Amino acid sequence: MEHLIPIGLNHYLTISAFLLGFGLFAVMTRKNAIVVLMGVELILNAANINFLAFSKYNGGMGGVMFSLFVIVIAAAEAAIALAIVINIFKIFKSVDVSSIDTMKE
Amino acid sequence: MSNLTYTVIFYIFAAITVFSAAFVVFSRNVIYSAFSLLFTFFGVAALYVFLSADFIAVTQVVVYVGGILVLLLFGVMFTKGIMNTELKSDVLHIVPGTFILAGIIGALLYTFYTTHGWMPSATQLHGSIVERIGFETMSHYVLPFEMVSILLLAALIGAAFLARFDKPDNNKS
Repeated sequence: MEHLIPIGLNHYLTISAFLLGFGLFAVMTRKNAIVVLMGVELILNAANINFLAFSKYNGGMGGVMFSLFVIVIAAAEAAIALAIVINIFKIFKSVDVSSIDTMKE
Repeated sequence: MSNLTYTVIFYIFAAITVFSAAFVVFSRNVIYSAFSLLFTFFGVAALYVFLSADFIAVTQVVVYVGGILVLLLFGVMFTKGIMNTELKSDVLHIVPGTFILAGIIGALLYTFYTTHGWMPSATQLHGSIVERIGFETMSHYVLPFEMVSILLLAALIGAAFLARFDKPDNNKS
């Protein structure tokens, strides 16, 4: 029990491992494209927690700046992916990623 | 704030984050997943505050909760066939997925807890780092900052172009 009380690096790494696992699970097993996107967001958040945890215990600013850029890229990725999902829905009338099997209309 | 209070609050936010992330993944209803993702993002933002990255926490709330989650909800509601999908057909590759889930989490935790080489620096981050983020952005990270702004502009123009409303083709040549 003693190693649970002072919050250290391992606590943050554990949370990020769980988030990464859940995100990968969502990307692998869900058929709905939007839930797959949510899984990608979970993975990016896990990476951000790792960056910030290492940055805090290292004392440098590299991880902090990198996590800012990760958030920006995540915003761009979500916008593009939602546009693609809406297009897929217009063409295939569903967002089931396992039923999309053609690359042109 | 005493050490025990700090620890208890940390564990509360950690539990919120992990359990709502699990609910995002294991819930079959997409609307429930999206709203559970809200709690995950807030929990992660609280963890960022614990990591003394308060600016990142505020950015997380603004960008993820105010932007990405709203976009996801729009996506859920645009594609309205979601609520009617057969619940059982919502999942595929469940067995390899479970193996990967258990394997990834187990391997990462094993690595983290058997590595005793983490050596925390003597000068850890403390307090607010907003000022330092400003200095770093305008000194070391000017080029990535400008590049990411151009990338964001291009991505948003591309998204608007991709998702634009198409007239049916029959009234055009």
